[in-house]
Amino acid sequence: MKGYTRTFVILALLLAIGPYILYPIFLMKVLCFALFACAFNLLLGYGGLLSFGHAAYFGMASYVCAHAAKIWGWPPELCLLLGTSAAGLLGLVFGALAIRRQGIYFAMITLALAQMIYFFALQATFTGGEDGIQSVPRGNLFGVINLASDLTLYYVVAAIFLAGFLAIFRMIHSPFGQVLKAIRDNEPRMVSLGYRTSQYKLLVFVLSAVLAGLAGATKVVVFQLASLTDVHWMMSGEVILIVLVGGMGTILGPVVGAFIIVAMENYLAPLGAWVTVIQGLVFVVCVMLFRQGIVGLFERSLARLKKSPR
Amino acid sequence: MFTILGIPSQALFGQLLLGLINGSFYALLSLGLAIIFGLLNVINFAHGAQYMMGAFLTWMLLSYFGIGYWWALLLVPILVGIFGLLLERLLISRLHHLDHLYGLLLTFGLALIIQGAFRIQYGVSGLPYGIPVTLAGGQNLGFMFLPNYRLWVILLSLSVCLATWLLIEKTKLGAYLRAATENPTLVQAFGINVPRLITLTYGGGVALAALAGVMAAPIYSVNPNMGADMIITVFAVVVIGGMGSIAGSIVTGFALGLIEGLTKLLYPEASSTVIFIIMAIVLLLKPAGLFGRRV
Repeated sequence: MKGYTRTFVILALLLAIGPYILYPIFLMKVLCFALFACAFNLLLGYGGLLSFGHAAYFGMASYVCAHAAKIWGWPPELCLLLGTSAAGLLGLVFGALAIRRQGIYFAMITLALAQMIYFFALQATFTGGEDGIQSVPRGNLFGVINLASDLTLYYVVAAIFLAGFLAIFRMIHSPFGQVLKAIRDNEPRMVSLGYRTSQYKLLVFVLSAVLAGLAGATKVVVFQLASLTDVHWMMSGEVILIVLVGGMGTILGPVVGAFIIVAMENYLAPLGAWVTVIQGLVFVVCVMLFRQGIVGLFERSLARLKKSPR
Repeated sequence: MFTILGIPSQALFGQLLLGLINGSFYALLSLGLAIIFGLLNVINFAHGAQYMMGAFLTWMLLSYFGIGYWWALLLVPILVGIFGLLLERLLISRLHHLDHLYGLLLTFGLALIIQGAFRIQYGVSGLPYGIPVTLAGGQNLGFMFLPNYRLWVILLSLSVCLATWLLIEKTKLGAYLRAATENPTLVQAFGINVPRLITLTYGGGVALAALAGVMAAPIYSVNPNMGADMIITVFAVVVIGGMGSIAGSIVTGFALGLIEGLTKLLYPEASSTVIFIIMAIVLLLKPAGLFGRRV
């Protein structure tokens, strides 16, 4: 636990000085995707559930948040709350369906349900179809903090990220998290010990959807845009890639992964379709060679260093 | 011309035909997925990309080499099948001992690479491919007009599905395949080369996807995204049918195509989502799928 306190202090310091080193907009994008990936990692890395449709919760929250802010003129804190709750509700329904099957079927079901949301977003009127919801006002947080300045907004986003990150950390290290890891490792044994495993799985699914929704809603406040990209299956693929690169089942993996993937996309954006090819290559290389990801690799070599007496 | 339930017969049968066509592709693709899953325990996410490759290769054979539809029907599945064999040998076989999810992630990455590569080369606007001359035109059945090519697609898909089913259920090779699905270690102990069987199975499944691609080329426009949209629907079809039975995936494929066609007629807004809604209902009532065994 002590080691983690140090990690948090370093992380908070990095977040505080970040905008003086890198563009705040870039950092906010990293933080949104990092939170999204942390939420996904909670489900995959600790629950052992591979959802291939997390874009649904991310995207649904961003649409609801954008709609509330632009059409209804709600203040940002309520928009974030509404978007996040919408994602949680969707996660509850989809999660209850998906946990009825295991493994590979679970992945296919979540993907298919997310595709349904994609078609819904394409056809429904409130989502703006192909145009999405554009130029969403940032507004004043709690009526006093004007979010128009990127630097102010950055610190709000950083606070949201840190809150989500700490919440996930708390969950993982709670008795609930321990049960979750045990279910991931050996579900039949947990069933025989008397745990209602499907309730645990549903709860972690909903929690993950809520946090993914928070990330999606925050993204809307930053970029003032909700579009079909947010609900497309490529978005679900991207969050998997982030977690895979950073390291599944590690606390910091998704954050590192998000930084790398978002940076990569920023630099490669002019190359157009090559981005997809490169993402695919990274997928293949990670699966074939670095299954524990960057942070996983780092942690392992650190542990080996500590063990070897020299 | 007459009407049924207030719908003109032309429109009704036209949509049902379109549904059957879509169903033909669902059946072929879900069949390939089911065979691959049975033996490899891998959901082949690249299946859609391989279907797209089939369509593109058909187009390329005609545009670059002047090789027509009928030869493509034979050559393309072989070529894409060989590509599948290589993928299995070089990459997928190395993940056998790991969790299934890595196979899914690997094939997802492969799908991204293949789709991206075709998008770089050919853009996203579709390429046209003409219907072969012998199958141009159609029959006027009185209540509807039936284009010959569509009839051909349905018949060919049905016969390929039937042939595959016979191959798996009634031949010696099929018996090995089913045995290896049940217990690979034991089959290996009997002196059958299971790794080779696995490689060939993957190649065969991929060849089926490519064949579907050849058949699709004259119907849908040939474009890099054609497989990605298709494969997710096919996943839903697979979940509905359950992957336990070969016949089940064929029947489910055709039936869902028909239902989708009917929905397009009765309530067009739901036509793209109806399969997913059916999937949700099936999950509630019979989680293992209509033809599946409880895993």
